[in-house]
Amino acid sequence: MKLTTSRTLQTIVLAMMVIGLIALALGGYLAPVSRYLLSPVIAGQTWLSVRFTAIQNFLSSPQDITSLRQRNTSLENEVSRLQTEIISLKQQIDQTRILSALVGFARTNPEYRYESASVIGRDPSPFVQYVIINRGSDIGLRRGMPVVTEQGLVGRIAAVTAGAARVQLITDPGSSINVRIDPARTQAVLQGDITANVSLSMIPQSAAVQTGDLVMTSGLGGNYPPDILIGQITGVRSQDIDLFKSASVQPVVDFSQIDIVLVITNFQPVDTKPLIPTPGTP
Amino acid sequence: MATFIAIPILGILLILQSAVVSRFPLLRGTAEPVLLVVIAWALQKRVQTAWQWGIIGGLFVGIASALPIWATLLIYAMAVVVALAIRQRVWQAPILAMFIATFIVTIFANGIAILSLRLSGIALPLLQSLNLITLPSVILNVILAIPAFYLIADLAKWLYPEELEV
Repeated sequence: MKLTTSRTLQTIVLAMMVIGLIALALGGYLAPVSRYLLSPVIAGQTWLSVRFTAIQNFLSSPQDITSLRQRNTSLENEVSRLQTEIISLKQQIDQTRILSALVGFARTNPEYRYESASVIGRDPSPFVQYVIINRGSDIGLRRGMPVVTEQGLVGRIAAVTAGAARVQLITDPGSSINVRIDPARTQAVLQGDITANVSLSMIPQSAAVQTGDLVMTSGLGGNYPPDILIGQITGVRSQDIDLFKSASVQPVVDFSQIDIVLVITNFQPVDTKPLIPTPGTP
Repeated sequence: MATFIAIPILGILLILQSAVVSRFPLLRGTAEPVLLVVIAWALQKRVQTAWQWGIIGGLFVGIASALPIWATLLIYAMAVVVALAIRQRVWQAPILAMFIATFIVTIFANGIAILSLRLSGIALPLLQSLNLITLPSVILNVILAIPAFYLIADLAKWLYPEELEV
């Protein structure tokens, strides 16, 4: 009986302690106590967790580096491939732009038939201004045919083989072209020189020629068709003692950059040499 | 063999000169790899085919250029003559011989080109030609003379190996 009473008392005391602790906890009175009790546990857990994570990373990182390197190499290859593709596409865009401009030129000058050709080289000698194109007599190109770009006159074919042709540029020292200056409609002669520039000579002193005037082929002499743009006058030189004026000309074609040209195939140059009287002939 | 190998070598160099080198002028002057290789070949001690290389080079350049073919043949013949003459006199310092030959031949070559154009009716101003073309060409050719000489020296050693005394 006494034992039963004692146990009941213990149970009641325990229950009251538990209820008291719960009440203290709910009232927030146990927080400082729990902080003191839990702080070494948290510190220990943190210490262990940091070491475990470090060991885990150490054990698993080599595999990650290998896979990252593989991925990096793969991406670098992809970047290289895409860069190559971009360069190729840019080249295609440039070529398309040139061809489109050439088609535009051909449409605005429908009286001529054209063959396009790529510039594949320049004359090995620096004393002459010639370019080599990749089309020749196989497609009907002949000596003397004029060569143009969408901007204006380039020159004319000086020599032809089956698959290539040599084009004398208008900047060649041996080039001489009859031209017309607009709007004055004055005739003159355009000549190339050793500096790869062009200049006008034989301009009559009375002609009202000024900077900015356009220079076009006149068609005289039969070597070039008329009205093909050549350039613009950048300066006029005139002296009272001279019979003629001269002028410097800025060509519209950038001869250092020509890649694709058009050959006018239905223009046949006229050989006027037999018509020029020579001394001693009746 | 040494003559036949000139055809692909000089052919490739001509393509290089026409398509690439001529796009990089100094003022208006350009380097002439074909001419340099012919000079370098003629300067090699054991080489006996200098004239063949000169003729092949002259023909190739004459075909590709607007200059008269007789002019390019004359230029390359002159290059061989000058190189052979210098080889006998400056035999102890071959690279010096290469420099001297390059300098002389480039000036001769430009002179012949100007003369040939004058005979064709194109009179070039001499002083302007000298300033804009000849002197820049000399500089470029002298710069390229060193690699040209050593490459051709290796080729000559391969084609004409030295005889070993036993």
